Amino acid sequence: MRASSPPREGVLPRSRLSALFQALQEWGYEIIGPQIRDQAIVYDVLDRAEDLAAGYREEHAPGRYRLTPRAQQKVFASTASIHAWKRFLYPPEIKLYQISLNSSQAQIESLATPVRKRAFLGVRPCDLHAIAVQDRIFTGGVYRDPYYEANRAATLLIAVNCDEPGATCFCGSMGSGPSATHGFDLLLTEILEPEHRFLIESGSAAGEAILSRLPVTPPQEEDRTAAQDLHRQACQKFQRFVDTNELRELMYAQAESEHWEKVARRCFACANCTQVCPTCFCVNFEDSSDVSGATAQRWRRWDSCFHLSFSYIHGGSVRTSVGARYRQWITHKLASWWDQFGTSGCVGCGRCVTWCPAAIDITAEAKALGTLTRSERAHAST
Amino acid sequence: MKSEKRAKPKIGVFKFASCDGCQLTLLDAEEDLLAVAQAVEIAYFPEASRRMRKGPFDIALVEGSITTHHDAQRIHQIRRASKLLVTIGACATSGGIQALRNWQDAGEMARVVYARPSYISTLKLSTPIAEHVEVDYELRGCPIQKGQLLELLSALLAGRKPNVPTYSVCVECKRRGSVCVMVAQGIPCLGPVTQAGCGAICPAYNRGCYGCFGPMESPNTTALSDHFRILGQTPTQIQHAWRGMNAWAWEFRKASEEVKVP
Repeated sequence: MRASSPPREGVLPRSRLSALFQALQEWGYEIIGPQIRDQAIVYDVLDRAEDLAAGYREEHAPGRYRLTPRAQQKVFASTASIHAWKRFLYPPEIKLYQISLNSSQAQIESLATPVRKRAFLGVRPCDLHAIAVQDRIFTGGVYRDPYYEANRAATLLIAVNCDEPGATCFCGSMGSGPSATHGFDLLLTEILEPEHRFLIESGSAAGEAILSRLPVTPPQEEDRTAAQDLHRQACQKFQRFVDTNELRELMYAQAESEHWEKVARRCFACANCTQVCPTCFCVNFEDSSDVSGATAQRWRRWDSCFHLSFSYIHGGSVRTSVGARYRQWITHKLASWWDQFGTSGCVGCGRCVTWCPAAIDITAEAKALGTLTRSERAHAST
Repeated sequence: MKSEKRAKPKIGVFKFASCDGCQLTLLDAEEDLLAVAQAVEIAYFPEASRRMRKGPFDIALVEGSITTHHDAQRIHQIRRASKLLVTIGACATSGGIQALRNWQDAGEMARVVYARPSYISTLKLSTPIAEHVEVDYELRGCPIQKGQLLELLSALLAGRKPNVPTYSVCVECKRRGSVCVMVAQGIPCLGPVTQAGCGAICPAYNRGCYGCFGPMESPNTTALSDHFRILGQTPTQIQHAWRGMNAWAWEFRKASEEVKVP
C-alpha cells in the first residue's frame, strides 16, 4: 500500500522545471515568482519557467543594490526581493466599498477584491516566517481580516531554501532561515552539481498532489548530502547578525535615549522600510466622495508609522520628531511585537537595510542600542 | 426636512505668473469636468470662457506666483472676494521655476533679455500666494494632479476633510511596485523628501524625482544632499537639484543655499 501513497519527496531535473509550471497551471494557479524588471529581481506573474530570473547575481549593501549577470544558470539566485509577497496577500490599496445615493436610498456595494488561486514560487524561508507572522495577525485572533484570509486560503507556497544569503540578510540570527522547516506546501533545494536539479519536499496535501504530477525520481543519498552541505555553507555566509538575547529588554531600556536623535539626522522618514517590510501591516482607511456627492467610497491603503498623520489625534501628531517615529518602528519590530503577537516582528530578510535610501541598518541600530543599555547597566552596578 | 434648492457654489479661477498648466488640469478633467460644471457655477475662468462674472466667489482657485506690483494688489482683491482661497501648483505654493531669479538681479536680467527694459515693471522676488494673503488649502505639483484637484473640490463641496497626503513620494513608488532608482541604479532622486501626489511617475520611468510636489511634511534635506554627494554628484549638481520648480519653498531653498558651491 505504501507504493500508492503520494510521494513526500522527489528529485526534479532543472530541464524539467517547466513540468512544475504545467502542473500548477493545470490546477488553475497563477504563478508569481522572481523575474527581472527595472534592473532588479521582483516577484510578479510568470507564464513560463524560462521567464524566471536565471543567471544573475545580486549585490546587497545598506542603501545599495545591483544586479549583475553571472555564468552560472542558478534559477533562484535572489534573496528576499524588494517587494514582499504581502502585496499579493494584502494589497497596497483596495476599494472596500462604494455607497451610491439613488433618490433617497443609499445602496452599499461591497467591492472585495476577486480572489485568484495563486502559487508563490521561490518563497525564501525568511518570507515563509513573515507570512506566518501576518497569518497570526490577520487570521489568528478574534478580529480577522476577510480579504487577507481569502487571498491566503487561495495561495500555494512553494519555498526555496536559501544557500546564498545576501550581505544584508540576517535570518540566521532571527531563527527564520536559511532553510525552511515548515509552513510551505512544497520546498525546493536547488542543487547545481553535478547535475542541475531540485530536491523537492512536500509539506501539505496540496503540495503532495502537485508533487505526484511531476516527473521526479526518488532522492538518493547524494541528493540529501548535497542539500545538507548547501545548508551548512549558507549558515557560514551571513555578514549581519542580531543578538536576540534580551533584545526586548535592551530596546525598552533605550526609550528615552539620545541615540534616536542621531538616527533622525540620517533618516528621511520616507517610510520605505515599512513599505518593504514583509510583516508591517499598518493601513489607513480613507473615505472620499465624488463631485456630485452621489457616491462615496472607502479605500484601504498601506500606511506607515513614519508619517506625521499616522499618530495624528485631536490637537496634533503624537510623534512629531523623526527620532520618535524611528523608535516606534524599530521598538515594535524587535520588542513590543513580542508583547503584542508573541513573535518577533522582524524575520531578518534584510529588505529595510538594502532599500533604505539613507542606508540605515536595523542590525547596526539594534547593536548600538543594546550596547548602550549594557554599558549603562555596567555603569550602574559599579 | 424640506428640500431647499440652493444656489450652486461659485468658483473663480485666477492666474498670476505661471504657464497655465495647472488651470489646464481642470480642463483636462474631461468627463469629470462635466460633473464639476454641474456641481458648481464656474463664474470666472478666462482660460476657458469669455463669460466672466463678478465675485464674490465661494472658492477661488489661484494659479501662479506674485511677481509684479499689480499682482501684489490684485491677490488682495481676490482674497476679499472669496470665501475659500485655494492655491494650485508649484508657482502659487512656492514661487515656481521663475523664483530662480530670486538669487539674481531682476533688473540686470531684464536689461539682458528685453530690448526695452524700461517697459518691464517687476518685483525683485517671485513669491508664493501665501506670502501675501491667507490661503485655506494648497495643492502642490508642476502641474497639479487631476485626481487631487477633484478630491479637494469634492471634499470642499461635501464639507469633509480632503485626502491630500503629505508623506513622501517613496510611499507611492512602493505602492506602485516600482524599483527604487536611487538604491538599484544610483540615480539621484528627490523622492524621499518630496510630497506625494503625482503617483511617483518619474521613478517608474527610470528617472529620479524632480521634486515637483515640493517638500514633504518633514524633509531631511541635509541627509539627502549628503547622499547625493556619496552618489558622486558635484555641489553644482546638488544645488541645481534643489533649485527646480519649488526652488523657493523654504526647505528646498535652505538646502540649496547650504550647498557650498566652489
